[in-house]
Amino acid sequence: MTAAPALKIAGLSVSYGNGSGQRTVLRDIDLTIETGQFYGLVGESGSGKSTLALAAMRYLGADGRITGGSIELGGVNLLAMSDPELRRTWREAVKLVPQDPLASLNPRLRIGQQIAEGFDRRDARSEERVLELLASVGLADGLRVARSFPHQLSGGMQQRVMIAAALAGSPELLILDEPTTNLDVTTEATILDLVRDLVRARDTAVLYVSHSLGVIARLCDRVAVLYAGELVEDAPVSDIYQRPLHPYTRGLLDSVPRLGQNRRDDLLRPIVGQIPQANSLPDGCVFAPRCPVATELTREQRPPLEEVGGSRRVRCHRWREIADGRLNPRQQGTAAAPAEQQPASARDEHVLTVTGLEKRYPLRRSLGDLLAGRSRRQVHAVAGVDLAIGRLRTLGLVGESGSGKSTVARCVIGLTPPSAGEVTLLDVPLARQLSARDRPVLRRLQMVFQNADEALNPYLTVGRSLRRPLARLAGVSPAEIDARLAQLLQAVRLSPDYAERYPHELSGGEKQRIAIARAFAASPDLLLFDESVSGLDVSVQAAVLNLLGQLQQERATAYLFISHDLAVVSYLADDIAVVYLGQLMETAPASVVLQPPFHPYTEALLSALPLLDPQAKQDRIRLDGELPSPVDRPGGCPFHTRCPRFLGDICVSEEPPWRETSEGKRIYCHIPLDELEATQSPATLPAAPWEGPEAND
Amino acid sequence: MTAPLASVRGARGRGVRRLRFLRTLYSRRSAAFGTSVVLLFLLVALAGPLLAPYGANEQDFSEARRPPSLERPFGSDHLGRDVFSRVVLGTRDIFMLAGFGTLLAVFVGTVVGLFATYLGGLVEEIAFRLFDSVLAMPALLFALLLLGTFGPSRTNVLIVIAVAYVPIVARVVRSVVVAVKTREYVAAARMQGESLGYILFREILPAVLPALAVESALRFSYAIFLVASLGFLGAGVQPPNPDWGLMISEARTFVGLTPWALYFPAAVISLLVVSVNLMADGLKTVLQEGG
Repeated sequence: MTAAPALKIAGLSVSYGNGSGQRTVLRDIDLTIETGQFYGLVGESGSGKSTLALAAMRYLGADGRITGGSIELGGVNLLAMSDPELRRTWREAVKLVPQDPLASLNPRLRIGQQIAEGFDRRDARSEERVLELLASVGLADGLRVARSFPHQLSGGMQQRVMIAAALAGSPELLILDEPTTNLDVTTEATILDLVRDLVRARDTAVLYVSHSLGVIARLCDRVAVLYAGELVEDAPVSDIYQRPLHPYTRGLLDSVPRLGQNRRDDLLRPIVGQIPQANSLPDGCVFAPRCPVATELTREQRPPLEEVGGSRRVRCHRWREIADGRLNPRQQGTAAAPAEQQPASARDEHVLTVTGLEKRYPLRRSLGDLLAGRSRRQVHAVAGVDLAIGRLRTLGLVGESGSGKSTVARCVIGLTPPSAGEVTLLDVPLARQLSARDRPVLRRLQMVFQNADEALNPYLTVGRSLRRPLARLAGVSPAEIDARLAQLLQAVRLSPDYAERYPHELSGGEKQRIAIARAFAASPDLLLFDESVSGLDVSVQAAVLNLLGQLQQERATAYLFISHDLAVVSYLADDIAVVYLGQLMETAPASVVLQPPFHPYTEALLSALPLLDPQAKQDRIRLDGELPSPVDRPGGCPFHTRCPRFLGDICVSEEPPWRETSEGKRIYCHIPLDELEATQSPATLPAAPWEGPEAND
Repeated sequence: MTAPLASVRGARGRGVRRLRFLRTLYSRRSAAFGTSVVLLFLLVALAGPLLAPYGANEQDFSEARRPPSLERPFGSDHLGRDVFSRVVLGTRDIFMLAGFGTLLAVFVGTVVGLFATYLGGLVEEIAFRLFDSVLAMPALLFALLLLGTFGPSRTNVLIVIAVAYVPIVARVVRSVVVAVKTREYVAAARMQGESLGYILFREILPAVLPALAVESALRFSYAIFLVASLGFLGAGVQPPNPDWGLMISEARTFVGLTPWALYFPAAVISLLVVSVNLMADGLKTVLQEGG
């Protein structure tokens, strides 16, 4: 007799709200997780994946109701449980690790106390067991951590604590809801390793919810793809990435830039349109309005979830044609860019040059400092950065949080006056203060921010937000302004009637398009992007990335593109600069950035990157310890405290030299280039298995 | 109440939104009551002389100390003045003093709050420490002190209300501006080279308005209270003007003989203050909590 599965969901439907406001967010979900199985649940925002995760433990808010189906946890019906039974189940059998650990940890309780809550109160050994658990999640200094309050720990440490707390009761099912989304890639990699090694050893079943296909590929055995509240595909992990059957799965995979994919030779294929709202679903297949192979049948009739070859399921009328290769469900690529204007070579005329840029923030002196006669301490956000961007070129600046990459952008644009260094735009030195720059300079230099929600004034219509820069910076006369406004909206692929709308009437992707349109209004020579696509869903992100590529061609603009995501940066950029603690570590043309030699930090970044290939063999290089505080910047090479290739005293005491390869790659390291090259392997490039780049049209 | 509003639905854009706003406000019973009463008082203030059957200081000793009757709804006081007429005629005064005092406070508080908070640094520090020192003293005491120094006059009462409430308004403005000034759309405006005035009044002010509307209503109710208190203490409006606080003060000596001359003005003050508060509460739920 086989044991009951850890989780068995059958025909589950969930609604929010009541009466006319009722929205059904999950329909007819079947899902079975065996003991010890890692199950990935993937979907974009609005797909209902978090609702499913919470419903699986019957933990919906007051507003949510399970309207049909059954949930069994280890063979026990969860829906029939009384409240005390349910609470005991939560304490013992099923645990949740949420996205934001800081919001889930009680700020007034010490970490040790909170973990001990998972144990029986009468357990005399609970203190010991807390320390064991903390040690098992890689927090070596357990005693100190146990005595800390949540805010005293870094995000990665908080998430380790959450995992320790979740494992405290040896649960049968562990639900992880986007646990690494807010973390840096290097931290994310260590957390994923931890989950894999630790939980695998315990026979705990895992439901891992994520929007990131790469993370799921690295961790899970099976994947379920959720779209608009329906399960559209469910398969072993290798099958999904090798041979996706559902056009939506395929669309998702084609929307994510693969490491090494560059827009100049291989465009992303975003999914057209938007995810439907829960109260206005299409009649037939929910994906039909965005599907490249939709027919009359798919538009009218909802497809069943069909078994395919025993181990996978798909909800598509045309999966047979897709499976045997008669049908290619790829999205229409965007039209090829108009006669490619060749970007100037890197050594040509520069639109922007930055030399020796520094930004220091003085800290307030404490009374103790004052009495001890210590001088004012400073935060070194940017410590000497040199950059140059040529015409029509894109420089990608990559760094993790705290690297100072945003400060570089703010110094260039003038929002933050730099402490030292020079910024020249088209050979004209720029004033440090924004207020000291005259209008022609302002016109030449614009910026797009990360947060689309904050980028537009919620009280102004889109038209008003766009007319202002047209009139002021571009000097468009009132007679022409409406025409120019329509042109501008068209340039970002929006219809002119968007001018009358308010920001709250737009989706996240549309808001970001408007923000891009505003930046382009004055035809700038250089545009800065600070994490401008990071907050968007992958399919929307792909469309915006392609739009940026096209706009650069149409408007002959240079870009400084800042992101934490190396794959996104290498897709868009011609040159890449890697920054760590306010110091450039490596600069390289995009063509050779994935070839050794690497700076040891770049090497660690590349090996931490989640790839779209479960079989990918990546070197497992993990960074130990925490990012040093920019107040006490390590001397010598700032990376020496965490460097896996640490040499010795020389790294601590002496600043490394800049070494340059014949291909134009520059590395800031004491280790000679040939030595680095000899011991490093090139980054794996997972190509889409269904088509090589040459099959591109 | 909603029927006439709904019939004008043909109008577009801003007008429609304003109507929807009123309708939401009126869908709450307490807010609807408060707003209606305030509007009624406003009408009385405007039409005062038309509604009052007698003059404010029209004395008739033969009619003195009459209890409320159909002819004299609020009775008459010890000097034979019609209490109802005096209450009606006093409405305008209280609206003028409390209303314009509040408006002045809101105007100055908003401008100072916007500038000081946006500029930050020493300017903000000085302005708000100064405000703190004003707030450290009870408003009434502060008002008495100023009026004692400069003498009681209508203008001075108005200025005193403004001075007492500017710090509070500025603080409310500050609480919003602090959050908004780091928004990216403000940075975008700076990158367009917009002037300080444009950024403050076009980009930031709209975000402040909901909180400001609620605070203004609340300040108005406190201002009514303050004006009445000052009148009662003799530091505000001077006799023989029909000020509500003053009327209570005068009737106090004769409370055994003509209690109505005390109770009616007191009741009217309470009614107005409570109504303004209910209206402010309604505004708050509609504007700030999304109705």
